[in-house]
Amino acid sequence: MFDGFDALLLARIQFAFTVSFHFIFPAFSIGLASYLMVLEGLWLKTGKQLYLDLFKYWLKIFAIAFAMGVVSGIVMSYQFGTNWSVFSDRAGPVIGPLMAYEVLTAFFLEAGFLGVMLFGMNKVGKGLHFAATCMVAFGTFVSAFWILSVNSWMQTPVGFEMGANGEFLPGPSWWDIVFNPSFPYRLVHTVLAAYLTTAFVVGGVGAWHLLKDRTNAHARTIFSMAMWMAALVVPIQIFAGDMHGLNTLEHQPVKVMAMEGHYESHPDGAPLYLFGIPNDKEQRLDYAVGIPKASSLILKHDLDAPLAGLDKVPDDEQPPVAIVFWSFRVMVGIGFLMLGVGLWSLLARWRGKLYDWRWLHRAALVLGPSGFVAVIAGWITTEVGRQPWVVYGLLRTADAASPLDAPAVGASLLAFVVVYFAVFGVGTWYILRLMKASPQTGEKGVKRTEKGPVRTAGITPGPTQNPGRDPDALPSSDEEATDGR
Amino acid sequence: MAVDFDLTVVWAFIIAFAVFAYVVMDGFDLGIGILFPSFAVGSERDRAMNSIAPVWDGNETWLVLGGGGLFAAFPLAYAVILPATYPLIIAMLLGLVFRGVAFEFRWRDPAHRRVWDFAFTGGSLLAAMAQGMTLGALLQGIEVVDRAYAGSWFDWFTPYTLLTGIGTVAGYALLGACWLVWKLDGQAQAHARTLAKRAAWATFLLMGCVSIYNLGLRPEYADRWLSAPEIYYAAPVPILTGLVALALLRALSVERHSKPFWLSLALFLLGMAGLGVTMWPYVVPPGLTIWDVAAPERSQVFMLIGVAITMPLIIAYTAWAYWVFRGKVADEGYH
Ligand code: HDD
Ligand code: HEM
Ligand code: HEM
Repeated sequence: MFDGFDALLLARIQFAFTVSFHFIFPAFSIGLASYLMVLEGLWLKTGKQLYLDLFKYWLKIFAIAFAMGVVSGIVMSYQFGTNWSVFSDRAGPVIGPLMAYEVLTAFFLEAGFLGVMLFGMNKVGKGLHFAATCMVAFGTFVSAFWILSVNSWMQTPVGFEMGANGEFLPGPSWWDIVFNPSFPYRLVHTVLAAYLTTAFVVGGVGAWHLLKDRTNAHARTIFSMAMWMAALVVPIQIFAGDMHGLNTLEHQPVKVMAMEGHYESHPDGAPLYLFGIPNDKEQRLDYAVGIPKASSLILKHDLDAPLAGLDKVPDDEQPPVAIVFWSFRVMVGIGFLMLGVGLWSLLARWRGKLYDWRWLHRAALVLGPSGFVAVIAGWITTEVGRQPWVVYGLLRTADAASPLDAPAVGASLLAFVVVYFAVFGVGTWYILRLMKASPQTGEKGVKRTEKGPVRTAGITPGPTQNPGRDPDALPSSDEEATDGR
Repeated sequence: MAVDFDLTVVWAFIIAFAVFAYVVMDGFDLGIGILFPSFAVGSERDRAMNSIAPVWDGNETWLVLGGGGLFAAFPLAYAVILPATYPLIIAMLLGLVFRGVAFEFRWRDPAHRRVWDFAFTGGSLLAAMAQGMTLGALLQGIEVVDRAYAGSWFDWFTPYTLLTGIGTVAGYALLGACWLVWKLDGQAQAHARTLAKRAAWATFLLMGCVSIYNLGLRPEYADRWLSAPEIYYAAPVPILTGLVALALLRALSVERHSKPFWLSLALFLLGMAGLGVTMWPYVVPPGLTIWDVAAPERSQVFMLIGVAITMPLIIAYTAWAYWVFRGKVADEGYH
């Protein structure tokens, strides 16, 4: 069935597919873990039931997203060996240890404390439970740290020596390898991206419930928190993205040429193209619309600075321009839309109308999932832009693949596509269903035992079913026995 | 830095430890998945699931350490074994996807709980079978030319690998049943005990068959087990295995709670020791020893520092997480 295909192309599609799917979940769970930490911290500090409700509401969603992140991540850790065995053999001595550190310092931490975070609220004290939440949040950050170090080393490899069989061997300093030139930028930009992705999801859910009932206190709180993130963090992210781009210009100028659509060199000031249809065959940008000299201004801070174009790069060292050009514009476009919503929310807040402006709520709802699109577009820019290299400038993607037959790779690709869409599709639907229900007073946590009539997940009986309950008190243990938690 | 012990050997033991930890920890929760259809729908299933829900993610992390550690410490072995057993690895990963999400999904969708229970069992079974067959494929030998796998993509499929696959399924079922004997009480515990007895017999039988088959599998394996002086080191393994097996059967027939679980762990430990006798010092028989595939010393030292610092902490907080959820799993209000 797959005999007509090229095993290399199938392997690339498989990697791109599985890692893109995987990244969707961490992008959400890195942010959500920190958000849960903030909510629980606020609850402990203020003692307000509202924060506990919100914590439990998002905890259920987190549990599902995290489970999907874990299983799709385990697939990733084996993809290197199954599909990129030559790469594993050659680059293993350098990046293997970094990934081992990720397991030792991040995955165990997350997994070890996750059980207590999800189910242990009544087994350990409040303080210990909060500590477990913090550990999980910290673990997600450490995980991002190591894996991004690995990826950045592949983009900007330094600190290695070449072995006899073409292996990359570690040089004297691991510090150089871990903190390779593009890593700090990528780390900051990606972690902020995860926070923003989560903030817009939370904001979207808040907006949805405000549109139904603008007096909903829970919805007001999460909407307001999310809009603070949008107003404050989006500008930082745009700045970080700009710095990241300057760093890429220094180390991977060809990628920037593709992002900018600069087929030809511009000796005195390059235009910033806003639109155009990249035409790799003719090596030019059709229907180009651009702002003269603006690209030189952004990249070199000088209107007349010369910028080289792809005409200076051999054909077999160029990435496919159209994908990079467009995915970059999608990401940046979303970034500016997010900025717009952030500024709008400041205006609304200033006028005291944050919970009243329906159009603001509608806009926030529409942008709810936009973070996911932006992060995937960003990664496509990054990864396609470095082609045809897998270790930049040193090892070609085409030389890195496993000696596998196309039918093997094709069949497994098909299996991943079918299973991922089915399983993660259903999981996403469960998450949406939880989000559809408004957070309630007396919200329940992750239930393990369901007693009595089956309720729609998340729609739990309101306070009337818990007569005489002190809203600020911890759920008592006999109540536990009947409700789960 | 003068290193007067062989780091490569140290790393071989660390990886072996990670694999062992994975096999017994995820082994018991995969085993519960395999036995799941025989539990009554309702409280029995829910309690079985509850007994592992807080720890399964941690258990599975040992698989990531086993794979990631192999990648880091023995990159060439990782680069050879995975393409050679490609369909098995993919099947295992997909199996783990199904069973991993089932933990959350079954509670979120009571109307389709049966579907997710089925996914839990099917995924566990597929993963266990694929793991056992991968082990078999490794033992029967992998063809390597020029630092790369040189066979085709179905070479691993033989009667022997089928046997090791089924053996692993039985062994995991034993671990799972013993875990439940420990964590449950009443009727459900009695049921688990019956299952454990059956699984124990199946495991002994299949372990025996695999061991005998091994002797004929490659000439060097028989040498290692049957000729002097090796036999003096090797002989205690089968003898101890026999003793542990007897103790396990006894512990299952008297009313013991945690003892069968510990004894089944001992059984796996001995199995691992037997594997060591058979393979040492090869990671990819017949051609590659641990030294052929080892990462350079700088990589080994760097990681060893990490292991030395983090492993005690990992063991400590993992133990704490188990301690928090200690005791019998009640029918309700567990969490
Ligand atoms: C919410 C997500 C998000 C948003 C709003 C933005 N980005 Fe981004 N971007 C990412 C999420 C992201 C990412 C997923 O995190 C990437 C992929 C790889 C990486 O390092 O970060 C990325 C990569 C990435 C790269 C590629 C760097 C390289 O491959 O070497 C550049 C130049 C930018 N970004 C620049 C920007 C600019 C100028 C933005 C202004 C609007 C922007 N990004 C918004
Ligand atoms: C999680 C976010 C990531 C996304 C969405 C992503 C996306 C992609 C895409 C779209 C490709 C295909 C490029 C092409 O074939 O043209 C690719 C390739 C690849 N990426 Fe990434 N990537 C991510 C992170 C990583 C990380 C963290 C690593 C390293 C640890 C990595 C290593 C690779 C490798 C080895 C390939 C295959 C070789 C290649 O085709 O370039 N990626 N990725
Ligand atoms: C090809 C590259 C990648 C590999 C091999 C990989 C591997 C894994 C593995 C094995 C897990 C499961 C850990 C467990 O058992 O608990 C996991 C989860 C996770 N990964 Fe990835 N990963 C990759 C890319 C990324 C990237 C780019 C990020 C973030 C920037 C990331 C962040 C996380 C986080 C935070 C988790 C925890 C689970 C979750 O939050 O959903 N990973 N990853």
